[in-house]
Amino acid sequence: MDQSLFDVVVVGAGVVGCAVARRFTLEGARIAVLEKSTDILDGASKANSAILHTGFDAPEGSLELACIRDGYAEYQTIRDSLGLVQDNAGAYVVAWTQDELRNLESIKAKAHLNGVTDVELVDAETLRAREPNLSRNALGAVHVPGESLIDPWSAPHVYLRQAMENGAKVFTSCEVTDGGFDGAEWRVVTTNGTLRTRHVINCAGLYGDTVNRALLGETHFEVKPRKGQFVVFDKAASGLVSAIILPVPSETTKGIVVFRTVFGNLAVGPTAEEQDSRTDASTDEETLKALIADGINKVPALKDMPVTATYAGLRPASEQKEYRISATSEQNWITVGGIRSTGLSGALGIARHVYGLYENMGASHDKLPDPVIPKANMLSEAGLRDWKQDGAGEVVCHCELVTRREIEAALHGPLPARSLAGLKRQTRATMGRCQGFYCSARLAELTDGCFVSAMAEKLPHE
Amino acid sequence: MSDVDVAIIGGGPAGLAAASALKSAGVERVVVLEREAEAGGIPRHCGHPPFGLREFNRLLTGPSYAARLVSSAQTAGVDIRTLTTVVEARAGGNLLLVTPTGVTELKAKRVILATGVRETPRSARLVSGPRVAGVVNTGALQSMVYLTKRRPFQRPVIVGSELVAFSAILTCRHAGIRPVAMIEGNERVTARWPCALFPRLAGVALHTGSRLVEILGDTKVEGVVLEDAKGQISRIECDGVILSGQFTPEAALARSGHLLVDPATGGPQVDQWGRMSDPTYFATGNVLRPVETAGWSWSEGGRTGQWVARDLAGLLPESEPSVRVSVNDHRLRYAVPQNIVLSQDVGGMRDIQLRVAQHVDGELIAECDGEQIWGRKLRAGPEQRVLVQTHEIASACAGRDVALRISEPTD
Ligand SMILES: Cc1cc2nc3c(=O)[nH]c(=O)nc-3n(C[C@H](O)[C@H](O)[C@H](O)COP(=O)(O)OP(=O)(O)OC[C@H]3O[C@@H](n4cnc5c(N)ncnc54)[C@H](O)[C@@H]3O)c2cc1C
Ligand SMILES: Cc1cc2nc3c(=O)[nH]c(=O)nc-3n(C[C@H](O)[C@H](O)[C@H](O)COP(=O)(O)OP(=O)(O)OC[C@H]3O[C@@H](n4cnc5c(N)ncnc54)[C@H](O)[C@@H]3O)c2cc1C
Repeated sequence: MDQSLFDVVVVGAGVVGCAVARRFTLEGARIAVLEKSTDILDGASKANSAILHTGFDAPEGSLELACIRDGYAEYQTIRDSLGLVQDNAGAYVVAWTQDELRNLESIKAKAHLNGVTDVELVDAETLRAREPNLSRNALGAVHVPGESLIDPWSAPHVYLRQAMENGAKVFTSCEVTDGGFDGAEWRVVTTNGTLRTRHVINCAGLYGDTVNRALLGETHFEVKPRKGQFVVFDKAASGLVSAIILPVPSETTKGIVVFRTVFGNLAVGPTAEEQDSRTDASTDEETLKALIADGINKVPALKDMPVTATYAGLRPASEQKEYRISATSEQNWITVGGIRSTGLSGALGIARHVYGLYENMGASHDKLPDPVIPKANMLSEAGLRDWKQDGAGEVVCHCELVTRREIEAALHGPLPARSLAGLKRQTRATMGRCQGFYCSARLAELTDGCFVSAMAEKLPHE
Repeated sequence: MSDVDVAIIGGGPAGLAAASALKSAGVERVVVLEREAEAGGIPRHCGHPPFGLREFNRLLTGPSYAARLVSSAQTAGVDIRTLTTVVEARAGGNLLLVTPTGVTELKAKRVILATGVRETPRSARLVSGPRVAGVVNTGALQSMVYLTKRRPFQRPVIVGSELVAFSAILTCRHAGIRPVAMIEGNERVTARWPCALFPRLAGVALHTGSRLVEILGDTKVEGVVLEDAKGQISRIECDGVILSGQFTPEAALARSGHLLVDPATGGPQVDQWGRMSDPTYFATGNVLRPVETAGWSWSEGGRTGQWVARDLAGLLPESEPSVRVSVNDHRLRYAVPQNIVLSQDVGGMRDIQLRVAQHVDGELIAECDGEQIWGRKLRAGPEQRVLVQTHEIASACAGRDVALRISEPTD
């Protein structure tokens, strides 16, 4: 491994680590990102609702709110230059019962307090006119125009690429296991060797507490994984709603959402299920059936729509609702933990906040005068996908129209896909209706020698 | 101005047969648009007989059958364009295509949708468990084994017992894969004798009346959990799962465009000529319904080619007046065609095709406004095809929509 002294080592390449890596690099720090998986975005960040939140319902005065507001704002300013997508779907917090209807006023008031001032109430009739496929049982809603849909993988992916193209080093299949601080320098021990750095930023998501314990010797929080399951319906369903349909939230969860994706699907989820396992993102039939029923209750036309995909994600929740970000100045250490359910929205804001903490420790750099600005993968159905461009050649995944050129770019690019899951996040291959019925064989061939664990082995007698 | 007379989407048995028939009927510009590198459809990767008896009077394997279909279409003068994916089917026969050189549009006087069927993947079956590698449909396994000479596992279980599950066994044997079990939810194997004997002969343990309830594993399949009819849970160690059957039409083009889809078949709604809700579009082969053999799809394609040629000559009746035909019984999966045009012309599909979902022993009856207009005895097992003559229903319905159901025997 590189034996020079880094300014900062970032542990974990989830959305938070990617955004932190980008911010620190742009500010002029020399950084290394260490990720234990074969591919980035393989923890909590692999499965979420892909909503860029405004913060309208975040706890008043919280760090979470501040980060979401800052993150949202920065996303607007970098979006076009990085080639990121944003579908300004807007959201309706829909009341389905009289009790919920009475709650709408306070949801609006809270949004205004949080600085989201374009939020307003709409009556049942207006809601129906705008969302004609919504069940007749909708009694009214709060309209939040700023809630948006984004690509949950291409965004963090390009954050990290921007860091890399401006000098950051990224090591995958590299788990941080141990380390020591001598008062000036950290020695970070990984499964791939040892690195030297002045500062460490722990962005280990579902393992934030574990990494704290292993290197700091203590942790100020415990990760309490909370699973969320989803059902994704056929693309034909995406025309059934235009906005994000949110329920009136309860104490513990934002509840089951009906939302489109920028990939052109309609999804229903997530659930909120506490569990001990930090890895088990199983789906179960009973819950999926309940989600489908919930979707049909809200949008009756979903009844005749086939299911395309099902998936689950694990939120790196902790004992508290608030983000668990803290600086241990004596040890040049910052923990960015407990980024539970809004990390995709908050990441850019979190990164700025963390850079502030870092400066408070006395570190300083000169901003990069003229940073390289890479372009994100364009996987949004509405965007200029590769298949729409000349010379794309063969279409490999027919359902998601993924080209051979895109697959090869993902396999041989700056952050090469080393697993099918990683390839999916970079290209969407096999994520459509047939789930690999038509293209698995071709993919097994194209990915030969690229994956850590091959999709298939060559027949012995051929 | 049209670029071609007929564009056929899909170069499987049905599409190739339709194209050849159109050429024989004297239609000039006939193109087959096929998204794979080779035309031939599903048989390309069914490396086993029996194919071709009906078409070529010979016993062929799938790949040689597919090659023959392609060469006879080419001999007939059909323009087959491979690596050409139709991404949108727009009103009036306007198609948006992705080709190796870029995106283009193609305007056809008539379009035939012949995109076939695929199997239902894990996701849509809602199978519980983590998302591990090694869960595939038969089609993907066959493509790996026969087209790219690879195998994704060595000791899988096979879920389902339709005919295709037996193809899966053959495919496995060819690749040196040893299936450890075949799992069927019903009490009996779905495919008929002599298939039922086959798993035992091949040394595959057969678990009927058992439901796959969970797939286990960390990153790869490590086992499956079954539940039998008595609620007993058991576990089988394996390194893969083949999800076979539960076919569904590959009707994405119809579904996400302007063409009406029948939720019962999952395919487009058609009349007895295979004509869809936009009368420039026709459908044929397995995209119409799950599922028939290659031979059946091929014959159907040939007939559809003739009907489309007649339509181009202005010889098909208008789409209206028509009546709807539907099934109103959970023991019947679907009825095709979904519309019957009422006309002097008795051409088109001779039969309404029904499929039985579970064992039935009773009377199949047709009703209009609750009044029985037709009936006959019916005894059939799951996935069995039942044919009802189109003209019998058309003449009895007196212009009213028709619902088909099963009434219990009344000894
Ligand atoms: C169901 C669900 C729905 C959600 N919906 C939304 C939404 O709509 N909008 C939104 O803004 N947010 C949403 N979120 C929240 C968002 O996904 C998370 O907040 C975010 O992904 C957390 O990212 P992270 O980087 O903190 O953690 P992670 O993504 O878990 O990243 C941590 C990384 O660290 C690596 N790592 C761990 N230990 C080590 C080690 N020892 N050495 C090296 N690497 C290590 C892991 O492999 C991982 O890649 C949702 C989350 C879930 C689960
Ligand atoms: C896994 C599996 C195994 C089977 N095994 C057997 C068997 O052993 N024996 C048997 O008799 N039947 C078998 N069948 C049934 C099979 O459907 C028929 O044999 C036959 O292939 C149906 O012919 P078709 O022309 O309707 O469809 P297909 O053969 O499926 O052909 C459809 C063609 O359309 C193309 N296509 C689809 N969408 C587009 C698009 N948008 N643009 C361009 N091209 C497109 C596809 O690439 C394909 O080539 C099997 C089916 C499956 C799924």
